[in-house]
Amino acid sequence: MKTLYESDFIVIRDEIRCIRCKVCVRQCANEVHQYDEEDDRVIAENSRCVGCHRCVTLCPTKAITIIRNPLDFRENYQWTARAIKDIYKQAETGGILLTGMGNDKEYPIYWDRLLINASQVTNPSIDPLREPMELKTFIGRKPEKLEFDNYGRLITEIPPQLELEVPIMFSAMSFGSISINACESLARASVEVGTFWNTGEGGLHKKLYPYKERAIVQCASGRFGVDVEYLNAGSAIEIKIGQGAKPGIGGHLPGEKVGEEVSQTRMIPIGTDAISPAPHHDIYSIEDLRQLIYALKEAVNYKKPVGVKIAAVHNVSAIASGIARAGADYIAIDGFRGGTGAAPTRIRDNVGIPVELALASVDTRLREEGLRNQISLIVGGSIRNSADVIKAIALGADAVYIATSALVALGCHLCQNCHTGKCNWGIATQDPNLVKRLNPDIGAKRASNLLKAWSHEIKEMLGGMGINALESLRGNRLMLRGVGLNEKELEILGIKHAGEGI
Amino acid sequence: MELKTKKRIYPKEDVCIGCHLCEIYCILAHSGTRDLIKAFKKLDKPSPRVLVEEKDGYYITFALQCRHCDDPLCIKACITGAMHRDENTGYIICDEERCVGCWSCILVCPYGAIRRSEDGKAVSKCDLCIEKGNPVCVENCPNEALELKELEDLA
Amino acid sequence: MRDINIKYLEGEVRIPSACGLLGYINRKGELTSGYHIVDAMSVMRERGNGLGAGFACYGLYPDREDYYAFHLFFEDINAKEETSYLLYRYLDVVQEEKIPTRKVRTIKDPPIIWRYFVKPKEEYLEDEDITEEDFIVRLVMKINSEIKGAYVFSSGKNVGVFKGVGYPEDIGEFYRLEEYYGYTWIAHSRFPTNTPGWWGGAHPFSLLDWTVVHNGEISSYGTNVRYAEMFGYKCTLMTDTEVITYIIDLLLRRHRLPLDIAIKALAPPLYSVIDRLDEEERIKMKAIRAIYQSCLLNGPFAIIVGFKDGIFALNDRIKLRPLVAGEKGDFVYVASEESAIRALSPELDRVWMPRGGEAVVSTLEERGVLV
Repeated sequence: MKTLYESDFIVIRDEIRCIRCKVCVRQCANEVHQYDEEDDRVIAENSRCVGCHRCVTLCPTKAITIIRNPLDFRENYQWTARAIKDIYKQAETGGILLTGMGNDKEYPIYWDRLLINASQVTNPSIDPLREPMELKTFIGRKPEKLEFDNYGRLITEIPPQLELEVPIMFSAMSFGSISINACESLARASVEVGTFWNTGEGGLHKKLYPYKERAIVQCASGRFGVDVEYLNAGSAIEIKIGQGAKPGIGGHLPGEKVGEEVSQTRMIPIGTDAISPAPHHDIYSIEDLRQLIYALKEAVNYKKPVGVKIAAVHNVSAIASGIARAGADYIAIDGFRGGTGAAPTRIRDNVGIPVELALASVDTRLREEGLRNQISLIVGGSIRNSADVIKAIALGADAVYIATSALVALGCHLCQNCHTGKCNWGIATQDPNLVKRLNPDIGAKRASNLLKAWSHEIKEMLGGMGINALESLRGNRLMLRGVGLNEKELEILGIKHAGEGI
Repeated sequence: MELKTKKRIYPKEDVCIGCHLCEIYCILAHSGTRDLIKAFKKLDKPSPRVLVEEKDGYYITFALQCRHCDDPLCIKACITGAMHRDENTGYIICDEERCVGCWSCILVCPYGAIRRSEDGKAVSKCDLCIEKGNPVCVENCPNEALELKELEDLA
Repeated sequence: MRDINIKYLEGEVRIPSACGLLGYINRKGELTSGYHIVDAMSVMRERGNGLGAGFACYGLYPDREDYYAFHLFFEDINAKEETSYLLYRYLDVVQEEKIPTRKVRTIKDPPIIWRYFVKPKEEYLEDEDITEEDFIVRLVMKINSEIKGAYVFSSGKNVGVFKGVGYPEDIGEFYRLEEYYGYTWIAHSRFPTNTPGWWGGAHPFSLLDWTVVHNGEISSYGTNVRYAEMFGYKCTLMTDTEVITYIIDLLLRRHRLPLDIAIKALAPPLYSVIDRLDEEERIKMKAIRAIYQSCLLNGPFAIIVGFKDGIFALNDRIKLRPLVAGEKGDFVYVASEESAIRALSPELDRVWMPRGGEAVVSTLEERGVLV
C-alpha cells in the first residue's frame, strides 16, 4: 500500500562541507544516510529519519542539519498534522499506535506555574559555599515517636531506611527496555553520588551485582527475574502497580528483544515475549496488596523497605492512603508525563493526571489522616531540573525519581522511538552494535555530573530561602506561590497566588 | 641502552562504535592542514595510520595502531633503514623520504598495523602524533574507546 | 481592642518580627519581684518598637498551684459571656477576676483582661480517654479558634503571662508586675515588621506550663506547622512562637522525650558531626533527625522556653540571632544582650555565648530535671 504519510523530518546536507567520510552512514541505525559510490555523494532517505541527531552530533565537519518537514496541511485548529498523520498510519497498519518516552501534549506544566521564595532582610539567606547545607534524606517507614530508656538510650527500633545523599533517585527502567550499558551507567552514578537506581521489571543482570547495594529491585506483575536472591540483593523492594505513561496496562517486551542476556536475567526462555499483565493477578484489592507487601518483607526478613509504585490517577490520594495503611514503607507516584520504553500513544497522551496535583493531594490526604509522617513519598514523571525537585519537595515529596532526565544526560534526544529498539544512542536498544555506543564510563560520569549539578543548585535555592537542611523545605508550601492558576488549582496545590503575603 | 617507549594506544573493543572518526582525524593530523574539508579535498590526502577493523555480520570493531614493540620486527626487516626508533621518544617511526615501498615491514608486522600509503610508495604507520602531544585518534574518539597508557598502568 | 484601621492581625497573616529576650531562674526556687526584669528590659529598648511586649512568671500563684490559671483577652462583653458559658460548662471555676491593671498614658485601648482558676470537670475526663492536659489544650484551641474576640493567652498551673501592645516598661507598669513574685521570669520586647499590634499577638506565647519567647523568623515555619497540625494543634496566630510552643508541647509532654533529646530534635547536630559520633550515638542522632525531621527549626532564631521546673534557651544551628547566658550564685540568666543581664546583676560569676544549637538548660534543684 502506498503510504500517505510524508516524512516528519528533512535532512539537509551542506555539500561543500561533506567530506564523504560516511560517519553518518555508519551511525544511523534507521539507514537514513546512504553513500552513492557512482556519484560520490551521501544521500538521505528522509522518511526514515526520527530526528535523533546522532548523525548531526558525530559529523566531523558539521555538514548536517535536520529540520522539521515544512510541508503544511491546510490550516485547521481541529485537524492538526499530527491528528491527520496518525489516521494515515492506522489506516495503513490497522494497529495500535505505539510510541516511547512521556506524554508530549500541551497540558499545563504546573512546575512552571510555581515560584520559589527567597529571604530578604528579616531572615538572612545562607551561602552554601560558606555554611553547611544538608540534603540527606531517609526513605522508609518512620515510627510516630521515639522512646528512650532512663539512660537516654534509644529503645524504639527504626525500620529499615534508604539513606540518600541527594533527594533524587533513578526510577525504574528495566534491562530490556534499556541497554545494559545504560543500566550500568546509572548504577555506577548512584554509587558515586550516594543515591539509588531501580531495576525495573528486568531482573538484576550479573554485571550489575557490584552495584546491588544501591539498587531498588522491582517486583512487577510479570514477576520477571524475581527470586529470593534477587529480592535480597537490592536495598529496597518496589512493588510496581502502575506507571505514569501507561496507567492501567501492563508491559510487553517482544520476543526478538529477548536474547540470551535478557533471557537469563528475566528468567524466561530466549525469544519468548515477556508480557507483564495489566494487574498483578494476585492483587485484586488493597488487602491482597498487604499480603504481597508482607510476603516480600518476610522474604527479606524485614531488613529492607518495601515500597509501592502507582500511576497518578484520579483517585490517587485514597489509593495512597490505602497503601500506607497496607504497610508499605514508601509510595512512589508516577505522573502522566512519565516516560516509557513503549506505550500505546493514546494511553500515554490521555490517561492519568499531572504529578504536581497528585502529589499535593496525596500529601494533604496523608496529613489529614495523620499518616504522612510514617511513610515516605517519592514522585516522578516530569522532573526536568533542580527547580522541579525543590518544588516537588516543597509540595510534600520526600524525594524524586528521575528517568527521562537521566537518559537525556546519557545522550537521549527524546526522539520517542524507544519502542523500535533502534536507539542510535545505545540507550533503548539490545542490538550489541548500538549498545556499545554508550560507554558506561562516560555514561556514569554524565549521570553523576547531573546529580551533582542539581544538588549544587538545590543548595543555592535552599540557602536563598534561609534553610540549611532539606527537611525544613519538605511540605513547606509557604515557600511556593502560584502564577496564572485558578482558585481550584491553588486549593489543590495548597498554595497562595504570587502577590499574596505569608 | 636504547630508549624504548612505554606508551601504547589501547583500543577498547567493547565500546568501539565503528564510526571511523579516528581514521578521519588521523588523516587530518597528517595532512598538513588544520581544516578537515581541505584535507579531504586535497588530491594527495594521506592514508590514516589507524585502522578500524570490522568484521561484518557480527560486526566487531576496534581501532588498531602500531604497538611500538620493544623488539620490532619491522626495523629488522627494513632494507633502507627508513624504519627506525626515534632517539628522543623511543617511538617507532618511518622516514617516508627513505622508504622505497618494498613492503617487507608489512609482511613481518605481527599486528597488521602497517599499510601502504595511497601513492603505494611508502608505508604509513602511527607516530603517536609525535609532534602534537596527545594522539588525535585518542582525543577525538567520541566514545572514549581509545586510550593512551604507559605500560606500567596496565598492571 | 481591634483598631479598625489595622488591616491584618496575627492569625490573618503571618508577621515576621525581630525581638529582645530576657529570662532568668533562681535554682533554689527563691522568688523575686517583677520589678527587676521590667527594669532590665528597658536597656534593650532598641530591640522593640512598642508594638508588643510581655512577661511570664512562674511561682506567682502559690495558693492556687493546683489550678490552671487561664488569662484571657476579650474584645467585648459578648465574647466574655460566650467564653464564660463554655468555661463553666467544662471546668470547675474556683475563682475569676479582672486582672489588676493601672492606667498608663502610652497604653491605648486595652481589651478586657480576665483570669480564671480552673480544673476540668471530672465527668468529662471519665467519659473520654483523655488526659487532663489534653483536655485543657483542646479547650484552649476551641476558644481561640472558635470564639470571635476571645483569646486565652495563659493556661498553666502557677504560671502567668502578662502581655500587650506597648514597650516592656509600660506593659510592666500597666500590669503592676512589681506586685508579683516568681522563681522564673521571662520577658520579651517585639519589633514586628508589619504594623499591627494586637494584644494576643504579643509574646510570650503560652500553652499549659510552657511559655516561649522568640527572636527570629524561622524558614521552616510551613513544615513545622503542617507537622503540628497532624497532631491536632491549630496554628491560629500564624506566628513562629505559637508553632514552636506546640512542637515543644508535643515532644516533651505528649511524646515524653527527655529534654536533651527534644532539644536535639529542634536544633539537631549537622550530619558532618553525627558521622564522627560513636555508633550508638550516631544511630540515635540519625533516628532523631529522620523521625523528627519536621521539628527542626530552621532559619534564625533564639528562644527562651519556660516550664514548671526550669528554663532553657536555644539558638539555631548556625547562630543567626544573638543569645548570651550568665550565672551569678543561684541565678541563671539568658538574654539577647549582655547589657540586660548586667542590668539584673552587674557582677556575674560567669558569662558566655552559647554556640548554635547548644542549649542552656537550668532547672530547679529540688525538683530535678524534667523527664
